[in-house]
Amino acid sequence: MSFLKIRDLSVILRGTNHRLLRGVSLDVGATEVMGLVGESGAGKSMIGKAVLGILPRSARIVGGSIELDGVDLLTLPPRQRRHLIGQKAALIPQDPLTALNPARRIGPQISDRLVDILGWDKARARARAEEILHDVHIPQPDRVLRAYPHELSGGMRQRVLIASAFAAEPRLIVADEPTTALDVTVQKQILKLIFEMQARHGTALLFVTHDLGVVSKICQRLTVLYGGLVMEEAEVGAFFEAPRHAYSRALLAATPRHTDPTADLTPVPEAVIAEARRAVAEADQRWHA
Amino acid sequence: MSDLYRVEALRLSLPDMTRKPLFGAAPRIEILKGMSFAIPRGQVLGIVGGSGSGKSTLGRALVRLLEPSSGRVTFDGTDLTHLSEPALRPLRHRFQMIFQDPMSSLNPRMSVARIIAAPLSLHGRANPRAEALDALERVGLPRSFGARYPHELSGGQRQRVGIARAIALRPDFILADEIVSGLDVSSQAQVLSILRDLVREMNLTLAFISHDLSVIRRLCDRVLVLHQGEIVEDAACETLFAAPQAAYTRELLEAIPEPDPKKPWFQRAS
Repeated sequence: MSFLKIRDLSVILRGTNHRLLRGVSLDVGATEVMGLVGESGAGKSMIGKAVLGILPRSARIVGGSIELDGVDLLTLPPRQRRHLIGQKAALIPQDPLTALNPARRIGPQISDRLVDILGWDKARARARAEEILHDVHIPQPDRVLRAYPHELSGGMRQRVLIASAFAAEPRLIVADEPTTALDVTVQKQILKLIFEMQARHGTALLFVTHDLGVVSKICQRLTVLYGGLVMEEAEVGAFFEAPRHAYSRALLAATPRHTDPTADLTPVPEAVIAEARRAVAEADQRWHA
Repeated sequence: MSDLYRVEALRLSLPDMTRKPLFGAAPRIEILKGMSFAIPRGQVLGIVGGSGSGKSTLGRALVRLLEPSSGRVTFDGTDLTHLSEPALRPLRHRFQMIFQDPMSSLNPRMSVARIIAAPLSLHGRANPRAEALDALERVGLPRSFGARYPHELSGGQRQRVGIARAIALRPDFILADEIVSGLDVSSQAQVLSILRDLVREMNLTLAFISHDLSVIRRLCDRVLVLHQGEIVEDAACETLFAAPQAAYTRELLEAIPEPDPKKPWFQRAS
């Protein structure tokens, strides 16, 4: 039974009929980790934002459905929709510096949403914030609660955001390139933490990334996107053994493998891009008809 | 003389603005803590390290965008260490730089041809526009791209314009500072292969700064591993990957997620 069920989701650039997402369907099981990969502009972040109801103003959903725990979000009135998303889903954002308010202390930035969404009183929310910081292995959580974002390192800020995402015990977390801005060594620690938390809380995870290396280590399934269109959806084991789609194969061939001295990097061949573009054009033709 | 660069006991400190008092000078923070190495002509040197390791600062000291506090940087027999800007200028066309973010290093109001031609005319070349278009061709872009503006290009194409600008002056040395870290894997592969061809064709010496060892392996002959302002390992590329000596190098290598689910990376908590 999938916790997140997206069917035929289309998003357009407002005021045009240019589609950013072209009929995307995907499922994420209740405790499953799904990787969403593609090059920049493929629409991978867009899917996560559509699920969380935080699409930019310039984008508009024009078709399809997004079911969260059996309820179609797109049929709900805005207030109810926001309430439901707030209770059941959370985001781990890409850039820990812009995601935190520089003028406020860490504590209230974590506990506010517990008060607003779950209706907890302030003392309980604060205690929970301290507890969850402890869970993400932050030493001296009471000190960090009183700190401002600039007083923390990049890795520490990302830990705070992971804590904040898990604080309200959501059933689904969207992680939008959460380690792209970090060093490889810090990236590893942060990924380890996200998956430790995911396993402990039994959360569904939609993991947006451009890095197939990361996907191979942490996801159970993955969806490959090109131009807002799903190219391939597969189990991770089978995919890295033999990707079915030509575009996926090309993407994998362009991903560096540092332990293999002979493997060379090949850019995605023109012919493969042409083929992917053709698929996009055909999907648009069917849609406009 | 086969070394293009010689670096001896290089130290560099910068003012720490986060601890600057309201009045008076900021305390200085030592970024490079004494580095010595040489870059032989024609070599592709990888410089790798985490953020704050001093890799960009080292690069900037090599092309004298920063002045070292002590030690010596010699380029082709000339001591650059404390050379004044007027004295540096006639040398500058011989060492060029490619920047990380083409969106902030390419002027959005200038056409690609003008961007590439600008340093050429600055150095008094007779026919900057023609040379600029030749440089475009060398990086695999059609000459017609000269009329375009940076925002009309993809990330990979923009980065190739950055490369074209650097090679247009036919320098001896190029410093590439994290030039593929903002790119998709496909553009990354393309930029790396162009760079590799150019090094061979133009007989370039290249210093390639990156935080990503898997990229370094595809390109470099030799690698310097930096950690907190010091060189912790200096080895031939193959040696480094086959038998890393420094603990920090091993840590960096183990942190790279290779696209293979069967190789253990970290144990999933269950």
